[in-house]
Amino acid sequence: METTTVKSESTNMLTDNENVLLDKNFKGEVKKMMIILSKATLENVYAAFVLANGARMEGIEAELFFTFFGLEAIHKGKLEHLHVATVGNPAMHMPTMLGGIPGMEAFATYMMKKEMEKVDMPEVKEFLEIMSQSGVKIWACKLAMDMFHYKKEDLIDEVDGVITVGDFYHKSNGLGTKMLFI
Amino acid sequence: MEKIIAGRAIEVNEEGYLKDFKQWSPEVAKEIAKEANLDLTPRHMQVIQYLQEQHKSESPLSIRKVGKSGVVDIKEFYELFPNGPLKTSTKVAGIPKPASCI
Repeated sequence: METTTVKSESTNMLTDNENVLLDKNFKGEVKKMMIILSKATLENVYAAFVLANGARMEGIEAELFFTFFGLEAIHKGKLEHLHVATVGNPAMHMPTMLGGIPGMEAFATYMMKKEMEKVDMPEVKEFLEIMSQSGVKIWACKLAMDMFHYKKEDLIDEVDGVITVGDFYHKSNGLGTKMLFI
Repeated sequence: MEKIIAGRAIEVNEEGYLKDFKQWSPEVAKEIAKEANLDLTPRHMQVIQYLQEQHKSESPLSIRKVGKSGVVDIKEFYELFPNGPLKTSTKVAGIPKPASCI
């Protein structure tokens, strides 16, 4: 892929449109997925993981940014205890009172995990290993770490670093990069 | 549709996957690999052999399965077949593209 750099008169920053016009080979392909995970419910964690891994399987780069509750998915002590949301989750099609019964959340989680295993979906820990080996970059949000009082040692070994949102934005530079928030 | 690979007319689908595994040969594999900018080494062939065995026993393939196969780990799989390893390796191996999302 060849690009010619042309400095516009007012600033040194090339606008994306100029970039696209200069790079004749770029046809709008998705080249990199930047996925932010802010939640710790099983359905959200798996959504992020399948998106990241799916990208790698298509030869697309992928980076995950775990922030707020998303940090639980990479916290050694918490990642094996993630649950499906049964209360305040209309998609469950379950009366709120029922969803709030003690044990219901654990039961719904158990049922979902059973279905996941049937489609060969790995558990969170294994999934993180697969993604890391597949080249997915795994980042923890510094702000969230400070807020939850987590230390680097609390996180799994696969974490590539603790960074800020600004760092994550810089890593998103480039043609064909898409960003998602979960 | 027909495509000339390694001097023979091979039946492939629109994505270039062999329609008939019996038409596969190491020469065909080499040609398909070259199109994907790959130089096949004996190590590649080991993985391809594993994939073909799974196809013969009608076991569905996934990245997870390959990683647990004992033949290759996921890191090396991505090194051997960059950019969509499952897609590329199955094409080179002459077997259908797996419909797996994992």
